[in-house]
Amino acid sequence: MSLLAVSALTVRTAEGRAIVDDLAFDLAAGGRLGIIGESGSGKSVTSLAVTGLLPPALTVEGSVLLDGVQIVGAPERRLVGMRGRVASVVFQEPLTALDPLMRIGRQVAEPIARHRGLRGADLRGAVADALAEVALDDPRITRAYPHEISGGQRQRAAIAIALASRPRLLIADEPTTALDVTVQAQILRLLDDLVEARGMALLFISHDLAVVSAMTSDVVVMRAGVAVERGTVAGMLAAPTDPYTAELVRSARSLDDRLGRR
Amino acid sequence: MTAAIVLGQQAPARRRPHSWTLILGLVLVGAVAATALLSLVWLPYPPDDTTGGRLEEPSWQHLLGTDKLGRDLATQVMIGARIALTVGLGSVLVGALIGITIGLLAAFATPWLDDTISAGLDVVIAFPVLLLAMLIVAAQGASLLSVMVAIGLAMSAVVARLTRVLTKRVLGEQYVTAARTSGTRWPGIVARHIMPNIWPTLSVNLALQFGVAVLAEASLSYLGLGAPPPNASWGRLLQEAQGTFVTAPVGAIAPGLALIALVLGVNFVADGLRDIADPARRRSR
Repeated sequence: MSLLAVSALTVRTAEGRAIVDDLAFDLAAGGRLGIIGESGSGKSVTSLAVTGLLPPALTVEGSVLLDGVQIVGAPERRLVGMRGRVASVVFQEPLTALDPLMRIGRQVAEPIARHRGLRGADLRGAVADALAEVALDDPRITRAYPHEISGGQRQRAAIAIALASRPRLLIADEPTTALDVTVQAQILRLLDDLVEARGMALLFISHDLAVVSAMTSDVVVMRAGVAVERGTVAGMLAAPTDPYTAELVRSARSLDDRLGRR
Repeated sequence: MTAAIVLGQQAPARRRPHSWTLILGLVLVGAVAATALLSLVWLPYPPDDTTGGRLEEPSWQHLLGTDKLGRDLATQVMIGARIALTVGLGSVLVGALIGITIGLLAAFATPWLDDTISAGLDVVIAFPVLLLAMLIVAAQGASLLSVMVAIGLAMSAVVARLTRVLTKRVLGEQYVTAARTSGTRWPGIVARHIMPNIWPTLSVNLALQFGVAVLAEASLSYLGLGAPPPNASWGRLLQEAQGTFVTAPVGAIAPGLALIALVLGVNFVADGLRDIADPARRRSR
């Protein structure tokens, strides 16, 4: 059985415009899937729909089965129990995804305390382990506020928080877009290793074909809320069927070429 | 590598120079608070001792002179400090409890309920605090408690509206979404993310409201709607000294200055507090 099964998912604004239109995809436990699309294509809305966190102004139709539980229309009570435990999210901008007035250590401690019921010295140990896992094993970082550390360190902390509850599905929503290219590569490698080591499923959302192809071979291409193409990255590079994908591949190639010529 | 980055990042996080407004404010408020505390254990004369001559000039026996009944004015002003602080704290407590509760409710409510609450708050805010407090005191009868409840209720609308706006802003922040994706329940989000993030702004406003409450209490007492005798509120001292201001000006000047010192001090403290309560702001100085 798949861990995440999305079918006929449609998200509409209050005015009735479809932000996500009849989207369907499956993700097996331990599997990986990339969603590629430009901004406004409905990628992030999809990730929020999967965790049942869409703003109330948006209406959702269709089906999102997460670990066999229907998310669409589910009461908040049932969703709270699944968030973190079944699925966690890493967001694009770590500075805004971390509470500016809470020390990093406490932000990591919170999901650990809640999901694993640890207290006191056990909790402190688990926080240190969780931060060590993302290569942030420095006591100064544990005590730091988000604005006191670098962007890459913040994203590492955000990953530690997302993984602290031991989720079976990690949703990474443009996790490296706000970072420098060198830091980007480190974060991708870290995510890759952690997902591999824990056997988690990964839903990787990005606008960047190259970044997605580093993480997963199966992708869905979205445009204006519609899945225009799906398949493997290799197949898409070789023979894109949709004109938009062809455009995506062409622009990625031309960027590669220009970089290569230097 | 990470250590080096951290060192570079954290070096500027030194304590910034102390804010003089905060220190001046603390000195003023501290002086009033010390006087109030002292009045609990020691007074120059019993409050109802009328053995002094009437309207005496300041002297070593009566540091601020006496009033028209022969009571020691310094004693009255000291008791007034106690009443001003009690009413200020009590009113802010009442106003904060009610205001924050209503504000949070409105922020989390459905749009329809939110609009209804907001419209109600706007109507209440349209009335001056003093007028509302007078209405409530007139209905309940004058006592120290009813004055605190009245001023607290009157200020709660302002606190509620501020809480609502601040909460809505924090609710829109991604860290709230992030906390929810990791399974934090709403009570946890309110306690750990919303309250700490709205508190810097809210506490400054509450400090300002404290000043408003002290002034409102003095005004109520001046109008004869405050705490009844033997509670010697500064407002009532002002009112009593009004008729003899030309012959014995100290009777009006002393409580007036005390009132100014406390209200100014509270406002200075509010200014200083804003910088302390917010680490991001602390950094930028």
